[in-house]
Amino acid sequence: MNKNDILAGLKEIITPYTEEKTALEHITEDTDFITDLKINSANLVDIVLDIEEKFDIAIDNDSMAKMLNVKATLEIIAQKQAENAG
Amino acid sequence: MSENRVVVTGLGICAPNGTTVEAFTDAIKSGLSGIAHQPELERLGFSCQVAGKPTLDEERIDQYFSALEMRSMDSSGIVYGVIAGLDAWRDAGLLPAGADEPDWESGTFFGTGTSGINKFRWAINKIDELGIRKLGSSVVAQTMASGVSAFISGKLGLGNRVSTNSSACATGAESILLAYEHIKSGKAKRMLAGSTSDSGPYIWGGFDAMKVCTFKHNDTPHTASRPMSATASGFVPGSGAGALVLESLDSALSRKAKIYAEIIGGSLNSGGQRGEGTMTAPNPLAVQRCIIAALENAGIKAEDVEVINGHLTATSKDALEIENWKIALNRSKENFPYINSLKGMIGHCISASGSIECVASVLQLHEGFIFPNVNCNDLNPEIALLIDEQKIPRKTIKKNFDILAKASFGFGDVNACLILKKYHNE
Repeated sequence: MNKNDILAGLKEIITPYTEEKTALEHITEDTDFITDLKINSANLVDIVLDIEEKFDIAIDNDSMAKMLNVKATLEIIAQKQAENAG
Repeated sequence: MSENRVVVTGLGICAPNGTTVEAFTDAIKSGLSGIAHQPELERLGFSCQVAGKPTLDEERIDQYFSALEMRSMDSSGIVYGVIAGLDAWRDAGLLPAGADEPDWESGTFFGTGTSGINKFRWAINKIDELGIRKLGSSVVAQTMASGVSAFISGKLGLGNRVSTNSSACATGAESILLAYEHIKSGKAKRMLAGSTSDSGPYIWGGFDAMKVCTFKHNDTPHTASRPMSATASGFVPGSGAGALVLESLDSALSRKAKIYAEIIGGSLNSGGQRGEGTMTAPNPLAVQRCIIAALENAGIKAEDVEVINGHLTATSKDALEIENWKIALNRSKENFPYINSLKGMIGHCISASGSIECVASVLQLHEGFIFPNVNCNDLNPEIALLIDEQKIPRKTIKKNFDILAKASFGFGDVNACLILKKYHNE
């Protein structure tokens, strides 16, 4: 799965959690979940659960703590997928 | 310091026989039953397989909750409470606070017995299956007792006191008295007062097991709840929510709000589970003292009470309650006030009963009617000895009156009594 596919999947997951539709439309690697998308920090854990389900991966607590923006999240998803494949 | 007068300026309801004030008003005037057979209770082998549950469709619920909230919502009590609460706010002509600052002069006391019992069950099962990681973020907000007041406060932007009270079946009446006292003493201009109770087997099961619910009417739900009847054989469990916007008279007049009624006083006490009082039975002396203290607090005489909306659950305690009212109000058999119980139509809505019944009480005062005691065609002979049968209306009476006393009593031997007065434009 390439980065663009992962980003598209991530965008779909995030959609119900944000009211910032313009920021979501222009989502890039630099987008921050809390400052740009104004996602309630309590919902970050729900987003991680949705990611685990969609990408069929398990995300440990340390990784979860880093998933505050699109860049880190994409990296962790790619890394966990690679671990699964390996 | 002068004390504020407190009036009711908004009503909201989510009752088994009506989920808008308009539908509920029609329902209580016509004696419409909200009790239905519950297949789930039958499947689970409950003794009592009938119950009262508000009817809400998805379209209605979606007006109050976001899609994200509904994705994880499994707390019927929060749904009922938010619907009743937000409807009351709108009925009072009030808007939610803007995005940046709460309304510092508005708060809520919104009570419940327990919160999100289905959500709790789901979470407990998940944890026991070693699925703690899969709980997500919604368990705490839905299972904390104050979940209902927290949801309401967030939706309305309330910046004054926001709390959830709990006193078993006296919860709803208590929330209104707490709000009344808060406004009376000048601590807020407006308080949303109300209470809610979940639906379903996990909330009703404990009562079924105690054998306090009727098991004789599973095939005839509409006749199952029979307050003051000779064939009353236990209460029918119910659920829902009621909400009232309480407001200082000054605030209500200054914004030209519709005024439904005035709250002129009330009292809360406990029998301390002493004398005849126990965890589940009321101490009659405490009940009488609560009523007398409410009259004193309201500054009225016992003979001023024209209508009583009782607790009257359809158990063997109904006659005792009538006797307590008779003693507290010092009435003879002939001059006893009119008395009714809403539970014949909707069952006993547990922690929501007091607020739902207070909404019904306010409507009676405001519109000038006394709703009928359904299923009381065979009056309990013990009650017939105490009071004139005419005072227990079986058909709606159209009548303007000024003073209504409302009481609720709860497990733990706790009591609440409120005095409501018709508001005349001055």
